[in-house]
Amino acid sequence: MPEKYHIEIKRVPPRYRPVGKLGIVDWREDCSSCHNCVKRSCVYGLFRDEADSLHDETGYLDYIYQCKGCLNCVQNCTKGILTRVVNPEYKRLGDSYYTPDIILSTWYQAETGGIPVSGAGYGGPFSGPGFNSMWTDMSEIVRPTRDGIHGREYINTSVDIGRKPGHVAFNQGEVEIFTSPLIENPMPLIFDILPERYQRGPVFAAVAQAAAKMGIFAVVRAEDLPPLPKHYPSVPGGIAVGKDEAAEHEIARNYLTPFISDPRTNIEAICPDAAMVMVADQPEIGSIIDALKHGKPERIVAIRLNAAPNATERTLELSRLGAEVIHLVFNSHGREAGAAKPRHMRDVLRDVHGALVKAGTRDEITLIASGGIALPEHMAKAVICGADLIAVDLPLVVALECRLCGECGRGEPCPVRLENTELEGASQRIVNLIGAWRNQLLELLGAMGIREARRLRGETGRSMFFEDLEEATFGRIFGKRKEEYGA
Amino acid sequence: MCAIAREDITQEQEIEGQSAFDYAAVSREVRRAAPRYRNPVGKFSVHRDSKCIACGKCVEVCEHDVHLRPQGYRMPLRPLDYRCIGPDCTESGPNCVEACPQGALSVRANPAYETLGDCRWPPDLLASTWHMAETGMQPSAFLESETGASGGGFDKLRFCFPDSPPSDLRPEDISTELLLNRRKNDPREKIKIDVPWYGGGMSFGSTNLRALISKARVAKAWNTFSCTGEGGYPDRFVPYADHMITQVATGLFGVREETISRARIVEFKYAQGAKPGLGGHLLGDKNTPDVAAMREAVVGTSLFSPFPFHSVYSIEDHKKHLDWIAHVNPRALLSAKVSTPNDVEMVAVGVYCAGAHIVHMDGSYGGTGAAPDVAKKNIAMPIEYAINGVHNFLMDEGVRDEITVIASGGIRTPWDVAKAIALGADGVVIGTAELVALDCIRCGRCESGRGCARGIATTDSELLEMLTIEWSTQRLVNLYSAWREILVGILYRLGLDSVAALRGRTDLLTHLDYEK
Repeated sequence: MPEKYHIEIKRVPPRYRPVGKLGIVDWREDCSSCHNCVKRSCVYGLFRDEADSLHDETGYLDYIYQCKGCLNCVQNCTKGILTRVVNPEYKRLGDSYYTPDIILSTWYQAETGGIPVSGAGYGGPFSGPGFNSMWTDMSEIVRPTRDGIHGREYINTSVDIGRKPGHVAFNQGEVEIFTSPLIENPMPLIFDILPERYQRGPVFAAVAQAAAKMGIFAVVRAEDLPPLPKHYPSVPGGIAVGKDEAAEHEIARNYLTPFISDPRTNIEAICPDAAMVMVADQPEIGSIIDALKHGKPERIVAIRLNAAPNATERTLELSRLGAEVIHLVFNSHGREAGAAKPRHMRDVLRDVHGALVKAGTRDEITLIASGGIALPEHMAKAVICGADLIAVDLPLVVALECRLCGECGRGEPCPVRLENTELEGASQRIVNLIGAWRNQLLELLGAMGIREARRLRGETGRSMFFEDLEEATFGRIFGKRKEEYGA
Repeated sequence: MCAIAREDITQEQEIEGQSAFDYAAVSREVRRAAPRYRNPVGKFSVHRDSKCIACGKCVEVCEHDVHLRPQGYRMPLRPLDYRCIGPDCTESGPNCVEACPQGALSVRANPAYETLGDCRWPPDLLASTWHMAETGMQPSAFLESETGASGGGFDKLRFCFPDSPPSDLRPEDISTELLLNRRKNDPREKIKIDVPWYGGGMSFGSTNLRALISKARVAKAWNTFSCTGEGGYPDRFVPYADHMITQVATGLFGVREETISRARIVEFKYAQGAKPGLGGHLLGDKNTPDVAAMREAVVGTSLFSPFPFHSVYSIEDHKKHLDWIAHVNPRALLSAKVSTPNDVEMVAVGVYCAGAHIVHMDGSYGGTGAAPDVAKKNIAMPIEYAINGVHNFLMDEGVRDEITVIASGGIRTPWDVAKAIALGADGVVIGTAELVALDCIRCGRCESGRGCARGIATTDSELLEMLTIEWSTQRLVNLYSAWREILVGILYRLGLDSVAALRGRTDLLTHLDYEK
């Protein structure tokens, strides 16, 4: 039996106490020091070590806000002197897209590798913009498309990157035996370039090491890669990711995908064996690709294209030019650029995918989408909308305890000293996060009755969109909506 | 009625000096059931400072029993501020703050209150449920007790009430009965319940047995049903067997011939709204010796109900399941609990064709037990969309009047009940609202460590003690009473003489996002 793909999870405690949501404050001047103090009976032991642990605290408030929020102490205190408050620091985490809940959930997954679980049903808004206005399907009793009886462990999350010819080619009457290069990524996720301000200390190396541990690709800027040593390839080297030089070389050769923003960059001097390289979309893209593939037909060249209103036309055009991989880049909130009403990735991907299907070239090209992938469901939903895979960026630094506070962008010191992260722990936290994401993808695929992540691509029939459900239900009853759907 | 004899109880139980059967007789009478915590959280915080001279003026003016001075006390009690409805409490005359000659009182918004709840259950909805559970009465307008703040679905639907109801309609004549067996030429009992809802399945192992028994007791009191969930059928349920649905889930925990035989309704759980397509998972910590014995499992191990039924891949297979139950208990009505996938209409028709009496659709936003966040938020559609589609599909197929459609998954208030029925359901199943009535604050930590810190979703021997059956039962009786009263009020204002007449009346609804 072939070995199953598995991500090794190992608990990595945070270096800093995570910012908590809820805290308990008390008016001690009113305390009667009674003998049945509620602090002693906290089920979670929040107050148990209060006096002792405070000595070691770097910030008193961090300790207070680790409350689980059961309210027992507030409601049972003899004098009623306790109250519960929401940590103002918690409210400041992230932004309107990367909400505090998402940040906390990412920290939890990075620490434990576990799937976030909670009780009492869903408490969020009915629907929302972007991916919050679609639901994934599940198979009930009638399951014509289900892949037979299987367990979660039999679901394959691998996807292919590269061009798949749509037909058999002939060369002088003979069947062309050379096929386009194709690489397999074990899940529909790769790492994307981190914004420069986060690439401090061992962050870059941690991402690279995590990619290698899981066997997934990581896009990096070519200029971030150190030049090859003189004796390459006899003396491997390059990426300072650990002591095992052979492993370092493997990372560089197998899993790092250099992104060349400047066409004059000599990739052969940096990462000559990279299985995939990425170049920015530009007018002379055809010749650049030819140059990159010259003598290296097994090399995959991906084109990085900023998502804009013309993304569909440009993708079709590139597809006609023979592009293998197109990486559509959205902003950090998953929106396209340069539009009066920027569309969300959800809609752009459906548009692009639909156009490629119509043109009959969908299977010949790999679509990667990045920007605004903040949760594991975004991965599944982006694939449902038409991407082959997604590239993730900011959640990787959030896994390293980043609060997305933006202080580094303003030149201020980082509250969690990202630059002092310890390499091994940092890479394992990223592994934990992605492991948890993959397990959640398996939950979604299992519920849908889909055994192959490849088959999820463009499977909008396995999802439900807010506007469709509204139209079919309330639109039919109540007629016209007052406002257009704002996805 | 299904014949349950005393002998059916394997061991005659004595509870508080009464036999289990005598104890099971519960009244519908509303009696105040005060919160079980010393400091209930209310919308306002009332503070009395040391300037108080115990003149009793506040006790005199307060109409909401915030200020009390029991007989023989010199000082008033600490203000019961959770009852306070705010500084605008009196239409005429001064409020307590204004009446206090010493200026010793202050009323302000309670900061802890704002930390409660979420979009679906905002603080007001929690507080109004607590109010109904305590008093059996509808809360006054200071709490938004009709809708949540989720921004869609039930929270955007409103009723269009006529200017005045028909003059010959009296509230006391309005029927809230729900017929559960609609199949014509079916020899099985035409079970009717007195309210158009019943209690959802919560398994022994996930939830405090005392809460479960209280659910069974209120079901008996209100002539409706509760459900065993998938964790087996404890002996303590037997006195309530006429009001207890036996659930058969994929794990088949505790499913035995006798538990099928004694049930008036048997429910197959194909999926559940909180984790559609994922199955159930009882964490090892909750698997105590009692739970393990009931589930015939090893103590401390995690127990899984896999998804799906691996014996069911078609409606024919589903029929085979129902036939199996009918063979064991030909009297029982058959129900299928399903989630809300894309093809929920087809599923519902299939459930009918296989011979079921009830199709129970569990929408994606509900659920009481712990579930992966990714599933709760993303898998399957909200119940609001499923109800009307299924109703119309069954109508088009000409079988709507042959099957009872039950909706669940996000039914929080009697207003939601009425809206679900107006969209096309016959009745609903409730779960979270019952737990909120037992002082659940929806902190969502049902799964952590020893289980729920508030003693509701736990099997921890110490935490179990936080609930008493008497108190829990009374809270639920009160809640049911208030809900029924509100529902009757809605029907009265709509000019309908029964809840059955509301079914599918989408013409009585309006949606805030639509022009009509």
